[in-house]
Amino acid sequence: MFLWFHKMASPRFFYRLAEILIPWFAACTAIIVVWALYLGLIVAPPDYQQGESYRIIYVHVPAAWMSMFVYMIMAVSSAIFLIWKMKIADIVAEVSAPIGASFTFIALATGSLWGKPMWGTYWVWDARLTSELILLFLYFGYMALRTAIENRSSAARAAAILALVGVVNIPIIHFSVEWWNTLHQPASISKLDTPSIHKSMLIPLLMMMGGFKLFYLVNMMSRARTAILEREGGASWVRERMAQDRL
Amino acid sequence: MNPKRKQKLILIIAMVAGVGIAVGLLLNAFQQNLMLFFSPTDVVAGKAPEDAKFRIGGLVEAGSVQREADGLTVSFKVTDNAKTVAIRYTGILPDLFREGQGIVSLGRLDDTGVFVASEVLAKHDENYMPPEVADALEKTRQAEESGKAAQTAVHGSNTVQMQ
Repeated sequence: MFLWFHKMASPRFFYRLAEILIPWFAACTAIIVVWALYLGLIVAPPDYQQGESYRIIYVHVPAAWMSMFVYMIMAVSSAIFLIWKMKIADIVAEVSAPIGASFTFIALATGSLWGKPMWGTYWVWDARLTSELILLFLYFGYMALRTAIENRSSAARAAAILALVGVVNIPIIHFSVEWWNTLHQPASISKLDTPSIHKSMLIPLLMMMGGFKLFYLVNMMSRARTAILEREGGASWVRERMAQDRL
Repeated sequence: MNPKRKQKLILIIAMVAGVGIAVGLLLNAFQQNLMLFFSPTDVVAGKAPEDAKFRIGGLVEAGSVQREADGLTVSFKVTDNAKTVAIRYTGILPDLFREGQGIVSLGRLDDTGVFVASEVLAKHDENYMPPEVADALEKTRQAEESGKAAQTAVHGSNTVQMQ
């Protein structure tokens, strides 16, 4: 187990593993997302109150969910990096930040577009919306801190600590709708025993969530490969590999 | 795990826990400010500010919506199934506004205790279903209610059904 862990940690192994996995994951992402969009946008019935406009949940909910999920990955990788000094964990955290920020932005933008016709406003400073906006700023802060410090290893340490401090925001986002009065509605699908969303609408939504997760993995791995090449540019295995690819 | 790593792990756990507790205390202290709206019960009890704007949230009471002749001014009552507050609003209502719908409204109380709103937002609930399912649910609910009404007539007791 520990050996496997150690092997995973070597950038060389990760580079090769990602190379094998990316095409498969990319194909799965394309199939699942297209199928789920077809089910969600065309097959699923309209909502009894919102009519057709509810269909934005097929983008909004998976994006919002991924914004928190990616942050958790960043925080866990940062902890691993700080404790075990694992290079690949730092790379994963670094390349995940812009992806997570994009998901957060998509969640905020789609939510506000839906909010105008449904609630009557683009934005309201309730606990859910505000904490999600803070998450976006956490991502920005993380990326800014990394680029602001010249020395790579001190930048990595500082950014990792920032990611770990920011992790308190994740439960706040999740439970904000239960702890406080908010305009945002409570969760529909986390109550597994009695979901508040009809099955015909739920299945495409869950598929979209899976599709978004795979999309993140594909994106993260290909970014990580680039980051590995950039950092390990001088290593002998990279030179060998590059020479091979040129032939 | 070697002692140095263990120490770092403990340090990280302590840091996350410390920040968590600090933020928890902070949020607890600002509990009231984080609430987006007051309930009608709070407003009737005088907990809402009298001279400042605030938000009120609750369900639009069935049968209380009245439109005035100018076509834009609407009067209705908002309830939390315990107390009700009358609201007057001039402007465009959101699509989801209807009787029984949850709303959040921004405005202030006038001298007569009527809440004069400058903004009415619809609060959507977490239920999503096709129209046919909603119809079927409504039918069962009505059937149950007429059954209950018959029962209460027999027992003479008053049951308030919370939505």
